[in-house]
Amino acid sequence: MLSSKGALFSKRPGNVTSKSHMWGGAKVSSDSRSVFRCQAVVPAVKPNASAPAVTPEVAKDLYYDMVLGREFEDMCAQMYYRGKMFGFVHLYCGQEAVSSGIIRALESRDYACSTYRDHVHALSKGVPAREVMAELFGKKTGCCRGQGGSMHMFSAKNNFLGGYAFIGEGIPIGLGAAFQSKYKCDVLGEGNDYAVTASFFGDGTCNVGQFYECLNMASLYKLPHIFVVENNKWAIGMSHARATSSSSGDQDPLIYRKGPAFGMPGVLVDGMDVLKVREVALEAIARARSGGGPTLIECETYRFRGHSLADPDELRSKDEKAAYAARDPIPQLKQYMLETSMATESDIKDIERRVMEVVDDSVKFADESPKPERGQLLENVFPDPRGFGIADGGRYRYELPGFSSGTAAVS
Amino acid sequence: MLLQRHGSSAKCMSSRHSRQSLMSSRRGSLSVTRSQKKQIMMWEALREAIDEEMEKDPTVCVMGEDVGHYGGSYKVTFGLYKKYGDMRVLDTPICENGFMGMGIGAAMTGLRPIVEGMNMGFLLLAFNQISNNCGMLHYTSGGQYKTPVVIRGPGGVGRQLGAEHSQRLESYFQSIPGVQLVACSTVANSKALLKSAIRSENPIIFFEHVLLYNIKGDAGGPDVYQSLESAELVREGTDVSIFTYSRMRYVVMQAAQELEKKGYNPEVIDLISLKPFDMDTISKSVRKTRRVIIVEECMKTGGIGASLSAVINESLFNDLDHEVVRLSSQDVPTAYAYELEAATIVQPSQVVEAVERVVGSKLAYV
Repeated sequence: MLSSKGALFSKRPGNVTSKSHMWGGAKVSSDSRSVFRCQAVVPAVKPNASAPAVTPEVAKDLYYDMVLGREFEDMCAQMYYRGKMFGFVHLYCGQEAVSSGIIRALESRDYACSTYRDHVHALSKGVPAREVMAELFGKKTGCCRGQGGSMHMFSAKNNFLGGYAFIGEGIPIGLGAAFQSKYKCDVLGEGNDYAVTASFFGDGTCNVGQFYECLNMASLYKLPHIFVVENNKWAIGMSHARATSSSSGDQDPLIYRKGPAFGMPGVLVDGMDVLKVREVALEAIARARSGGGPTLIECETYRFRGHSLADPDELRSKDEKAAYAARDPIPQLKQYMLETSMATESDIKDIERRVMEVVDDSVKFADESPKPERGQLLENVFPDPRGFGIADGGRYRYELPGFSSGTAAVS
Repeated sequence: MLLQRHGSSAKCMSSRHSRQSLMSSRRGSLSVTRSQKKQIMMWEALREAIDEEMEKDPTVCVMGEDVGHYGGSYKVTFGLYKKYGDMRVLDTPICENGFMGMGIGAAMTGLRPIVEGMNMGFLLLAFNQISNNCGMLHYTSGGQYKTPVVIRGPGGVGRQLGAEHSQRLESYFQSIPGVQLVACSTVANSKALLKSAIRSENPIIFFEHVLLYNIKGDAGGPDVYQSLESAELVREGTDVSIFTYSRMRYVVMQAAQELEKKGYNPEVIDLISLKPFDMDTISKSVRKTRRVIIVEECMKTGGIGASLSAVINESLFNDLDHEVVRLSSQDVPTAYAYELEAATIVQPSQVVEAVERVVGSKLAYV
């Protein structure tokens, strides 16, 4: 965080740009065809600033959230190998600064939309760890009654719009929530400002057509939407440099530069530094909320584990992994809090202990929860169960015996 | 994506009047009561449906290409943007997957969008969103989010529109769990069904037909709705049950006129609900006539008729005196040339021939 702390900003691996705090200038001029320039700015916190970037409460909340994310994901790995969860499980370890930095800056009325790497986004948005773990165990007490699984975490009460298995397919959903926010305010006359939506996705998604379709519509309609690219350099085994062409005359394929190309500010931020991510998030949220339109935030980050628990992760070099491990966001924040006296060692141990309690409790809860009954099979296919149609004899199928026990023939 | 606009296709129909034109005979075979009310065209009826529901419920909105200022390529949203504004009648850029997903996200968070595919075929580009999010999301979210969208647009074979503008997507969409497929066919049912679809909590894919927008008829008032799951009895009969939908209803009714002269008495049922099938109406009819012909415009392979035929075989086998006969479009792309296009789809003469074959000679019954 503090630029004088040289150790935190040590050499980056070869394929990482050295310009790690570039802003796509947020110049919103009165001219409708604003030109968004990219310019370097100084880090948010000056070395000898008297006022810290965040309050101790915020710093501790961020620390708790990041540690929760890390411990939860590590527990998932354990549980997977013990046969408690199956299928495709994509862990977020290493990227916590992005989730905590952005989502903890949102209000509860704001929305977050994710991908298959959604456990930690859900936790940051306030979905209880119990509900996420039970969902992973496939129990009926999971946030989606065991019907979604790892890649489909939804929580309406927390305005968490979902995990999505196909990359890119969540971004239009997030955009739809942003459209609804604007509609609610401008058409229905409810509220004075917009609820904001943040959609998260990776570097690989930045080559999917839906991404570009959404960049265009977000700008065109000036929707209160934030595009958050978690550029961890790898899409399973495809490195970003091998999958994406450089554009705008750049040497490297810089994703944030696509923002100005579509009429919105684009900003690149050190995604291993939660305070920097938060600073960038606050600006983007303020812009969206006041009607200034969307922002594209590219977070340079890294996943410490493979793409999923099934990925042998053989293509990434040991050096690259080591370099990012040295930039682990959690020890960074811990060190910052201790140095600025925002927290004591004992406070930090307290936070970590609380996290372990929550995580252990979530496993116990998930373990002890009942499995879904057969009767759940047909319940949530249609909100209006008349959608299953009319059976021979004149009754709607949902009225037949066997429907609520999941044994009725519905077609 | 240049599309033959509504206006020009109307001219097209009248200029082909000398050819075997189904439009003129269609008007004759419509069972329209002679009322004093002014008859309206189907596009007007659909427009009334959208207007009435938008007026009743401010969360109802429309999204699609050229739905706003242009008024809709088949005039279904003509002038509505003036009344409701650019946000409630949203002109989208050309990005079907993107704006379909945007509509679904808006539906999840409280709005009730009507998303138009300028031609149903264009919705192939939105298949990701329709299948994964529109259909499945209510289930994968454990019932937390619903997607009360209406996805509507013109499909079917028109007048020499070429292969890509002549597609029947009902067969592609039918396997998607969690969606209902509804096909309107008359002025009255188009309005009542669209109103019901807009009010439904379920996602409805609403099939209109390019050649039916100009048919005239009576539409119901602002409080007339129609069950989305029920089939319509078009003609009561005893010899054979003919199940059909959309424009093929008129092809069948044209054939029925000829069949009546020959002494046949077919029962004609318009499925309306392509998914789920109204097995009550269907079973009653099959038990009465013991013979089934399905007349559809989609391809034979994997079509609506394929599903219906399987269901009838499985559940009404002992009530049948003849195997289920399907008259469907050929499994070929729809050619541009008129003769080849006509050979691709089912014609009234084929329906007549099929009934004669299935029911047998009528001389013995005279």
